[in-house]
Order: sequence, then C-alpha cells, then structure tokens
Amino acid sequence: MSAREATLAAIRQNRPAGDHPLPVVPRFTPLVGDDLVEEFGERLKRMGGRVSGGPDPLAGVRERLDAATVIASAVPEVAGNRDLSAVQRPQEVDDVDVAVVRAVFGVAETGSVLFTEGELVVNAVAYLAQHLIVLLDPADILPNIQAAYLRPEFGRSAYAVLHTGPSATADIEGVLIHGAQGVRSLTVVLLPRQA
Amino acid sequence: MSAEDVRPTDGEPTIHPEVRPPSDEGERGQDGRRLQHAEAASRPIAAPKVREKQPRGAKIRGDRPIDQAEAAERFLAAPLHQAAHDERLWDLRKKRDTAAHGIPEWEELREIASSIKAHTLSNLDRYLEQFEAAAKANGVHVHWAADGADHNRIVLGILRDHGAKTLVKSKSMLTEECGFRHHMAANGIEIIETDLGERIQQLDNEEPSHIVAPAVHKTRMDVAEVFARTLGTDPENDDAHYLAESQRETTRPYILNADAGMTGCNFAIAETGTVVTCTNEGNADLSGNVPKLQIHSIGIEKLIPRIEHLGVFIRLLSRSALGSPITQYTSHFRGPRAGTEMHMVLVDNGRSARLGMEEFWTSLKCIRCGACMNTCPVYRRSGGLSYGATYSGPIGLIIDPTFNKRKYSTLPFSSTMNGSCTNVCPVKINIHEQIFAWRKVLAEEHQIPLLKQGMMKAAGAVLSRPAAYRAAIGTADSALKVLPRFAVYNPLNTWGKKREMPETPKQSFHAWYKQNRMGKEAGK
Amino acid sequence: MRIGLFVPCYVDAFEPEVGIATLELLERFGLDVEYPFDQTCCGQPMANTGCHAEAAATEALFVRNFSGFDYVVAPSGSCVHQVREHLTAIPQTDEVLAVRSKTFELVEFLHDVLKIEEFPWAAFPHKVAYHGNCNALRGIHHARPSEIVAPFFSKPLDLLAKVKGIEIVDLARPDECCGFGGTFSVFEPAVSAKMGYDKVADQNRAGAEYVVSSDSSCLMHQKGCAGRLGLPLKYLHIAQVLNGAAA
Repeated sequence: MSAREATLAAIRQNRPAGDHPLPVVPRFTPLVGDDLVEEFGERLKRMGGRVSGGPDPLAGVRERLDAATVIASAVPEVAGNRDLSAVQRPQEVDDVDVAVVRAVFGVAETGSVLFTEGELVVNAVAYLAQHLIVLLDPADILPNIQAAYLRPEFGRSAYAVLHTGPSATADIEGVLIHGAQGVRSLTVVLLPRQA
Repeated sequence: MSAEDVRPTDGEPTIHPEVRPPSDEGERGQDGRRLQHAEAASRPIAAPKVREKQPRGAKIRGDRPIDQAEAAERFLAAPLHQAAHDERLWDLRKKRDTAAHGIPEWEELREIASSIKAHTLSNLDRYLEQFEAAAKANGVHVHWAADGADHNRIVLGILRDHGAKTLVKSKSMLTEECGFRHHMAANGIEIIETDLGERIQQLDNEEPSHIVAPAVHKTRMDVAEVFARTLGTDPENDDAHYLAESQRETTRPYILNADAGMTGCNFAIAETGTVVTCTNEGNADLSGNVPKLQIHSIGIEKLIPRIEHLGVFIRLLSRSALGSPITQYTSHFRGPRAGTEMHMVLVDNGRSARLGMEEFWTSLKCIRCGACMNTCPVYRRSGGLSYGATYSGPIGLIIDPTFNKRKYSTLPFSSTMNGSCTNVCPVKINIHEQIFAWRKVLAEEHQIPLLKQGMMKAAGAVLSRPAAYRAAIGTADSALKVLPRFAVYNPLNTWGKKREMPETPKQSFHAWYKQNRMGKEAGK
Repeated sequence: MRIGLFVPCYVDAFEPEVGIATLELLERFGLDVEYPFDQTCCGQPMANTGCHAEAAATEALFVRNFSGFDYVVAPSGSCVHQVREHLTAIPQTDEVLAVRSKTFELVEFLHDVLKIEEFPWAAFPHKVAYHGNCNALRGIHHARPSEIVAPFFSKPLDLLAKVKGIEIVDLARPDECCGFGGTFSVFEPAVSAKMGYDKVADQNRAGAEYVVSSDSSCLMHQKGCAGRLGLPLKYLHIAQVLNGAAA
C-alpha cells in the first residue's frame, strides 16, 4: 500500500467519534475606527513600518530614492533604473537598493499590505532589496483581516503575501532588529491609483 | 479611537528587575516610540563581567526515559540564563494578554478555531484529497510520506532528480521531527537554516528550544561565542545588531546560490491547495522565491477547509504567540513561478494514528504558536532543551509520548497541571487535562518508575484505611516522621533541601475534634 | 441543612487551625456541621500521579464517609477539584455522583450557596496578597483567570472585601502557579522551589504582610520557601481571616 493509501485508510479507521460540523464564521465588527487611513497608519507604525501621506506623499521617500544606486520600480509613478520585466533570474535583483511596488490593498486592523506576483513582477525583489516602498491608494484599505480573506486574490494568485512592516527579528535576547533577512525598511506612500 | 489598544506597555512590575538595564538597543518607530512587535521583548540583558556558560539540555540515552528534572536543575544553576529566559517569555505572555483583551470576540474566535480544526480533523481524508487535487491542478507535484524517514527519502529523491546539492530552508518543526537536517548532511546535501534563531541553533549543533523562538535560552554572549567560532565574527562584540547583521551577510550568499528552497507550513488550504507560512524575517519568502526548486513540507494536520478560515486563524496565531496582531509576513504559496518546480510533501509521521486516540486526538489542533510554553511556569524555569524532545513545554508533554512512550514517559510529570496552558491555547486544546490523562495511561502501562508507583500503592493502602491512617499520624509528633510516606512523599527529603519543613502542630485536627467536640457530645 | 466537613490530610496534620476555623465559621451561620470521623483523603495524590487503581479504595472510603449529606464542604480548592472532576477510579454509581456534585470548596459555598453578605466579626487591618490556588482558580472557577477575555470576577476577593480594614496588594504575576503541584513538589524539587521563591519574592515586593489563600498545601510550600529566603511574610488560610482571626 502506498503512503497515500495507508494514511487515508488510517484516517478513516481512526475518525474521531462525535459530530463536528463546520462552524459558520460570523462577520465580526471591525475593531478599527471609521478613519481607516489613520488606523492603518498607526498600526503599521507599531509594526515597524513607515507612512508617508499628505499633499505630496512621495516627498517622504525622496531622500531614500535619491540615495539609492539601484532602484527597481514596478510602478509608473516612480522611475527606476532596473527593469523588472527584463529580469531572468531572481538572483539578479540582489543589488537593488530600493524596490517600489503598488499594493493590491491595505488592512487597517494590522497595517498590512497585500502583493501578488502581478504587482511584484519578480517576487524576490520584495525581500532581496534593501528597502521597500509601497504605493497604496487610501481607497484600497480594508477594515480587517477577515475582510481581506474574502478577497479573490488568494484563490487565483500563484503567490500572495501580506507584508506588515519590514523584515524583523528579536531572536537574540528579544532585541528588535529590522532587516533580519529581508528588507530593512518598508514605507507605505498613500498615493491614489492613477485614473 | 479603535477598540484594540496597540500601544506597547512599559514600566510594569517585574520579578527579575536585575536582568534588564535601562538602556535600550531595540528599534524605534516613526513616531520615536519603542517598538515591541515580532517577539521583541524589552531590553538586552545586563551583561555580567564573566560570561555565564550556557546550560545544555537533557542527556539523551537512546530510549531511556528523559530526566527532565535533572536538566532543569542544571538550567536553574545558571541564574542569569534562567532569569532572562523567564522574564522574556513572561513578557510574551503579557503581550499575548494585552492583544487578546483588545479583542472582544477573543473567546468566540478560540471556540470557532477549535471547531474548524475538529471538523477538519474528523474529515481529514476528504480534505487531504481535495487539497491534493487542487495542488495538482495548480501545477504542483504532491507527495505523501508515511513517516519521517519517508519524508527525508522523498525530499532527497527530489533534490537528486535536480542535481541539487544545497538547500535553504525556513523554520519547520516538522522537519525537526523528521531529523531532516541530520539525514541530509549524511547524504551530502548542505542545509542552511535561514531563520536567525534556527541558524544560531544549527551553528551550535543544538535543537531548537522553543517552537517560535528557537534560541530563546541563549544570551547574546552565547550567540557571540557561537558566531565567533563558526562565522568568524569578533568574539568581543556581543551587540545584537552586529550579530544579526553578521548572520544576514553570511546567509545571503547561500540564499542566492541555493539549488533548492524549503519551507514548513502553518496552514494548508484544502479548497485552493495553498501553503501558508507566517514568519517575521521573510525567510520563508526568500526560500520559496529565489531558488529554482521549492519544496513545502506539510504535516497533514495543518489542513483547514477554506481561505476565509484564515480570517480566524491569522487573527489568533501571532497575537497568541507574540502579542503582535500579525506576523511581518503572511505568505500564500499556491503555484510555481514560471520556469520553476514546486513540490509539496504531505507527512503523516504518527498523526493518523494519534487521530484514533480518544483522549489525545485534539492535540492535532495545535497551530504551533508557543503560547502554552510562554505561560508555563515550569517551562520558563527549565528551558526547552530540558525536555529532550522535538516539542517542549505543555504541548510537548502531550505530543511527545505519542512518538515514543518509554523515552518520553517522564514528561507528563513535568507539570503542576495549573491549567494556564489550556487557557491561552488559541484552539482550546485541554492541555492540562491531557497531561492528567497521560499520567493514567503511563501508570497503567507501567511506564512510570517503580519507586513512584510503589509509593502510591503504599499511600493508597494507608489512606483507604482510617485505622492505619490514624496510627500513622495519630500523635502529632509522629506526623512528620510518617507523613512523608503519604503526604509529602518524601523518601529523600527533597522537600527540606530547598524549603523549610512545616512546623509540627500540637495536635491534628482529628485529635482536636475528638478532644473538644466528641468529648462534649459524650457528656464528658 | 446537614453539612459534612471534609478536612484534607494536609490540614489535618499540619494546619489544624484551618480545620477549626472552617468548622467555627460554618457554625456561625447556624449550620449543622458534622465531621465524619473515619475520613482520610480524597485520593488526589494517587490520581494526580496517574495511579488511579491505587486511589480507588481511598475514593470509595471518601464516598462512604460523605454520602447522605446535603453538602460536603472542604477548605481546599484542590481537593474539591479532585472530588468533582477526577474521583473516577470507582464505579460511578448514583451515590458516588451525588457526593461528587454536592462537594463544595469553602469560598464557593459561602459565596454561591449561602450567599453571605457580611462577616461582622472579621477585621484584618493588614496588607494582604491573595494567592489563587490553580485548581480553585482554573479548575472550579473561583475567579476569572488573567488569560481569559471575560469580565473580571473573584469570589475570594468578594468575600475578603467584607473584612474590615483589609488591603489587597497587586502581584506582578497574580495567577502564576507557586510550584507546589502536589507530588511535583518532591519529584521536581528544583523547579518547584524556584517557582516558590519567585512567588514569595513577588509577594514581598508587592508589600504584603500576609498571604491568604484557600489552599493550605500551596501555603505550606510558600511558607517553606519564604522561610528559607528569610522573608517576613506570614501565611493564613482564608477561613481563618473570615472567621475573625486577629493577626
């Protein structure tokens, strides 16, 4: 008998007694206030991310972009000097200083942003780059995680990922360090999508 | 203003004030306030002049029962390590409380999560078949492994098919269970752990001591020693930032050049064939997105029916583990990138058998958050390595004996059964009741020491016969001599070594009652 | 109302004053309290060690002693938890089930059954740390444990609030186990004692003069630890405080 058949047979043999119906999950009232942009920003900051808004939201990341040698941009709003669509192997983006991508949506409850392979172009750039700049349309902020998981992207993307702040670790004595393996910083720029 | 308070709490009373200095090396947020996400506890340890050597774990002697008490005693003999460990994990427990109390529906979420798991486990055959079909439709190669050896053989086969010699991986308790790293090393495959804590443990040739924070039992001085020895860092520099950066810089080339990448799995979605990982470092995403070949090892109990159920589990997982609303990265791997191959290995390794254990099958609900370890007063004072098993702490006490009843026969006794573990469990596993139930199973199967069982037999004989009991403690001054036999259970006076003995009262309650009450009734 | 008084073996042998206070306190409310003379133990030491067969005869004796009472009352959350949840080594006859369901711990008996509103004789003008014994706290639900998201309540603190002059101090880790754990205290003495040291240090740091609990076994362990560390803490059972013990 194959491992597959043996496992399935043992499961059928050992099925726990009793009735265990799948519960209906109620729609919980979001725990965030009405100002989703404010809530999103506050939570993202607590998770180590940065937020740039106001009338010229890109102003908050201009210094970062100016200091960068290699910029990989997947958005029309920011010009880069590394064409992600021409990348053959993910290893090629290891020298990227700043990557710029647009989020599908944000989540106010946690300060998270979602990307799929469509936004990232090269998935690895969101981790191999030193810094990540994320464009997010304030109109794309969902109230909570429960709402996020009702979105279709999870069912149709080969890769979907929620980023909540930068790469972080506290594995040494609980000392918080950003940039454990992935990006050292994550800044969300609140910039509406171009019409 | 929102209902959930996300502000960090500072200045709470602590029972180990000596451990932390006022200085703070941790990151600050955009608003200048100290950040506490991603398992960050507080401040580094106040460094002693002389480095306190790290206590090592339980001695492993084949199948012989683990002497957890002996290893715990050695851990306690390193007071700095013990105090730092206790303080750090208690801090996570407090953060968990703050996070949980910020969510009015917390207890309802636990109940729902527990029910979803019960439902999935009792229909696991159907959900596994659904998962397999979905994954195959997504272009994923699906494998089934009966046990750990089978898992290792399958992965080795995949690697050899691709001529792969190096593999980067993220943290996975399942692969620890399978002895994966050791098996691969013996077969000429180089494995690199990419989680910082796990990497520290790999370099020190030690097992992870905690399922979320593998190196939580080490001080930064210990890490500096390990890195100096293995990575060539400056042995005098024990700055946590320097050490973490050294690890990043030395691991990056492995990530870029690895032939294959591997992750574990936090949740596997039957409906879509998706593997979900939750990490803070982004290392699972590097392992899954850089090499041309990616492998995901999945314990079969990780299944949940639908994506929407993540809306329950993701809310519970990181809040229970670390007190953060979510991990930095919640990653959903569903299909291969263009031009790459994706494999998923579904591993049984005793899980289908455990499903048939009436009192213990619900331990399969575990989502590996570590909350039971953080709250366990015994774990915090023993260190995870004292359990000598893949799974330590309360969840380990009830899972480990399913792997080896003799070797882990002692573990269910390493508990006061205080029940805090059960209360923090996000999927409501009745952990302390299962500990109690395991003790019964082990006693019935004569897997507890003869001395202990003999003492209980003697105690039962005395306590069931009033005359014998009274003879034993009938006069107050003999109580202390005799009580060890059935009340203090103390053949070697282990009580008195660390604690003052109770004072001997003038008379027992029984004698007082006879003298003051029965005499009166008898008209004395 | 016929009450059967169960005085656990620890109390009988080491803390007879707790048994006396419990008896006197119940009698103050005009109850008919009997002390079955042949009682010994609830069977917990054996059952908690997994040795249920070895506990059976002791459990049977317990049921014989306490059958027929309206209530069985004991000054120990731990023993009551054993009787209510774990007295299962003998066949579960109607008699056994009746005894198990009628067994109450003193605090819950006063709070839930008698619904006592005042203890006019009780004054205790001291700083007190309350120790919630784990079996009382999480096993028979004396209070809302800190882990659970629900409105706060505490039956023992409700009762102590009716004692004149008492001041309850807050611990850094209010619900943390003290490390007694029954046979754990002798089979894992190092961890048990360390937990006890940390507990009494917490009580001392909080400024407590007295530690009050509903369980003598935990108190005996803590008292032993405080004594070894030379801390000036004093330990009393809640029955003694409610019965009007002076310091």
